[in-house]
Amino acid sequence: MELQAVLMAAGGGSRMMDLTYNTPKPLLPVGNKPLIWYPLNLLERVGFEEVIVITTKEVQKMISTDPKTKLDVKMKLDIVCIQEDADMGTADALRHIQQKIKTDILVVSCDLITDAALHEVVDLFRAHNATLSMLMSKAHEFTETVPGQKGKKKTGEQRDFVGVDGTGKRLLFMANEADLDEGLVIRKSIMRKHPRMHIKTGLVDAHLYCLKKSVVDFLADNKSVSSIRGELVPYLVRKQFSKSMTSPNVNDEADQNLKKKDGNANLEIQILSRDEVLLQLTRERSCWNDHRGDMSEAYHGGRLRCYVHIMDEGMCYRVNTLAAYIEANRLAPKLFDEPAVHPSAAISVRCLIGADSIIGASCQISDKASIKRSMIGASTTVREKVKVTNSIIMHGVTIEEGCNIQGSVICSNAVIGRGADIKYCLVGSAQRIEPEGQ
Amino acid sequence: MADCGEADGPEKKDELVRAKNEGKELTKEEKQRLRKEKKQQKKQKDEKGPSERAKEKKPVAPSQPVATQPPTQKAPTVLPASAPIPVPASGAPSHSSPAPSPADKPAKSRAEQKAERRARQEADRASKQQSCSSSSKTKAPPSELNPVVKRLPEHVQVDDPAVVKRLAKKLERQQIPLRSDYGYKVSLFSHLHQYSRKAPLTQQLSIPSTVIHPSIVRLGLQYSQGIVVGSNARSVALLHAFKQVIRDYTTPPNEELARDLVNKLKPYISFLNQCRPLSASMGNAIKYIKKEISNIPSQFKEEEAKTKLQNCIDRYIEENVVLAAKAISKYAIEKISDGDVILVYGCSSLVNHILCEAYEKSRKFRVIVVDSRPRLEGREALRRLVQRGISCTYVLISALSYILPEVSKVFLGAHALLANGYVMSRVGTSQIALVARTFNVPVLVCCETYKFCERVQTDSFVSNELDDPDDLIVTRKGKTQLENWHDVSSLGLLNLVYDVTPPDFVDLVITDLGMIPCTSVPVVLRVKNLDQ
Repeated sequence: MELQAVLMAAGGGSRMMDLTYNTPKPLLPVGNKPLIWYPLNLLERVGFEEVIVITTKEVQKMISTDPKTKLDVKMKLDIVCIQEDADMGTADALRHIQQKIKTDILVVSCDLITDAALHEVVDLFRAHNATLSMLMSKAHEFTETVPGQKGKKKTGEQRDFVGVDGTGKRLLFMANEADLDEGLVIRKSIMRKHPRMHIKTGLVDAHLYCLKKSVVDFLADNKSVSSIRGELVPYLVRKQFSKSMTSPNVNDEADQNLKKKDGNANLEIQILSRDEVLLQLTRERSCWNDHRGDMSEAYHGGRLRCYVHIMDEGMCYRVNTLAAYIEANRLAPKLFDEPAVHPSAAISVRCLIGADSIIGASCQISDKASIKRSMIGASTTVREKVKVTNSIIMHGVTIEEGCNIQGSVICSNAVIGRGADIKYCLVGSAQRIEPEGQ
Repeated sequence: MADCGEADGPEKKDELVRAKNEGKELTKEEKQRLRKEKKQQKKQKDEKGPSERAKEKKPVAPSQPVATQPPTQKAPTVLPASAPIPVPASGAPSHSSPAPSPADKPAKSRAEQKAERRARQEADRASKQQSCSSSSKTKAPPSELNPVVKRLPEHVQVDDPAVVKRLAKKLERQQIPLRSDYGYKVSLFSHLHQYSRKAPLTQQLSIPSTVIHPSIVRLGLQYSQGIVVGSNARSVALLHAFKQVIRDYTTPPNEELARDLVNKLKPYISFLNQCRPLSASMGNAIKYIKKEISNIPSQFKEEEAKTKLQNCIDRYIEENVVLAAKAISKYAIEKISDGDVILVYGCSSLVNHILCEAYEKSRKFRVIVVDSRPRLEGREALRRLVQRGISCTYVLISALSYILPEVSKVFLGAHALLANGYVMSRVGTSQIALVARTFNVPVLVCCETYKFCERVQTDSFVSNELDDPDDLIVTRKGKTQLENWHDVSSLGLLNLVYDVTPPDFVDLVITDLGMIPCTSVPVVLRVKNLDQ
């Protein structure tokens, strides 16, 4: 087997607490499907047959029992539960399932909605025998006004600096602005090997990583690494250019982690020593080089390589903020071609449903309701003369007559009283809005 | 011979018995008889019409020197897997008969010639009878009766829709996606495949590849992206991948390793062929490994068999690549004298090895590296030589006639050596050989013997490889003139990879068996076949 898929669904959704305090993030409805459906669909489309899903007990219970959250995927899901309060990072979760991992892995986050061609990422991983290969995308500005927030909050400290080489595929540098004290520090060894580097800041990390099995073994030995994105990836990117990675001899290093990693690398070499000879012979005889202009061989003799595939076009969203959630709801339906109006919805004749809207199952839409560019969740009741524009209405909501809802997010099981006028609001779940409310 | 006996009809058996009894001379009789039969068959075919001929060509496989293993029918018959395997007794395979027959014609005595003539007449009579009976059943076993008519390989018949459909069906059966051609093909080369590097075959495969072993997928990717380039590198990488396949292989129940493993390798080979057409060295390596697998005795346990195969592969690489390089450099160094100016073209791993070894042995020479677009492989050769300390000059091929007066020798590498003495190498090599001949500069070709193949080709059109045409597009000062070349209907971009150099331009071929003239390649092939 070549790759094992691991889906990280234990995140808390810390940046959208308004939505997630009742529903766990993996089960938030986007386009009337639970959020976790999107990465699972991506993996299924590409051809995976089984996925290891790391999630909390609550989510697992809801998936197996709740009929509303049905995931119609044909793959075999191996659900591993971790404690909610253990505060495990993604790398900790990988350490937890180390026994199950037999080959290289593809780690996906549950909040990824994308139509990327995964083979581009995996091809980089295969062709260059890379240790890490990831997916990134050009960020899109969110244009919709976010309910509950005044004005646009541009969080400047959250920028990521990503340095790639001339081809745009090799990852040379990665740092978050929060980790940098004064300025961007680039080591001379990098500049010597790659004199031309493009540094990009407007990229969204899709949190989709192909990792070699030896990295998982490395994590098992190094308990201090707890987050893939925050710690492991920058560490691997830095280690591409460290001295001991290029020379076969391991000098005594102060860095304990480094020794462990080299220990693993050496172990690998011992196991495959016979085959390594042939690979070395191939590389010697092949007249290919990934760079030109200096005297060193392909990859500068480095054994650790990190690659990135940057998507120019196509959809790639990480639903971890409210703005992203709204944007995703707008565009997610394009990913799957189900009819916009669920067949079991009871829609009366004289209502206006715009083309961009999605109506969930078992809805009841009464006369003279007007629904434009909105998502209506399952089992929602919408009474007469209701105008719903640009909104997201989750399941189980009851909207009484004469309401006017604009640009809002109404969580599940809320009740909106008669004649309420809701503009750009976020209504929590099971809330009640009085009639004639504003 | 026993193998052939299965395929032939009963009429042939007594002929074969006679052949065995009467010894070597009769094989020439057989050859002449077969030639006559072929002429008659052709006459019949002409009467029937071209459509029938196409149908007959299909199931044909050379019968007399045939290996009945079905894999060989799938492999391109220009490298007939048959030839080295069976029957050294039958002499050189009949389709390359012109070359060996002058070589093995000893002086014959009068009596022998008379006996020959008598035997020939008898053979003719017998063949006439046989051809009358065979004409009634031409469709059923045409293979036995047309051993000399070869089936064209599929990769040079891309403009024939029937062949393309057949290939698609075969790939579908093996569950391998079909790679589609890209762009307008120049009419002279429209019979060849032309793929784009931006549309890799892995797009159509499922990502955790279950049908094809992961190391083969990786290898195919590395071939199509040009990461593993060069005849030696490709075969070593192929054998390395096969080692991993063998390591991960488990015999299914009720199956024999010898037969099942060969069947397992077939779709992998088709996949690699789709990624990039196989080279001659790869073809020979595949033939070797298939022979080794089928020769595994059935009483071997699986582990034993697997270790034996892996050792065979290691030995093959050690002998044919590593030791051959050492032997060739030993011979070549004799030819390099102090004060030489050596011209090399492109990046040949063997020539670079020779020059580095010569430099270690303190020969004083300097090198001129000639390079050509679009691959610009000479830059890599330049880097490797300069890294060792050899003083080099670098020119593009357009400056060839300018610098040739300075040159004392030309060393060329080869992708394959064909049975008629032609050298198949990177495109541009024949130009270098031609201009060097004009300037009376000796041209030495260095080639290991495992790259010798039984194919015969006299021009570069018939069988070649078309690389991605977009490689020719270059951006200068921000302007890309050719970026919309698809829109111009009469414009085709041609990016050839190989060309053939006639033996008149080559003075010496340095192989691990010694230094031979170009025309002695068939002799070497025959010697190798006898060894096996």
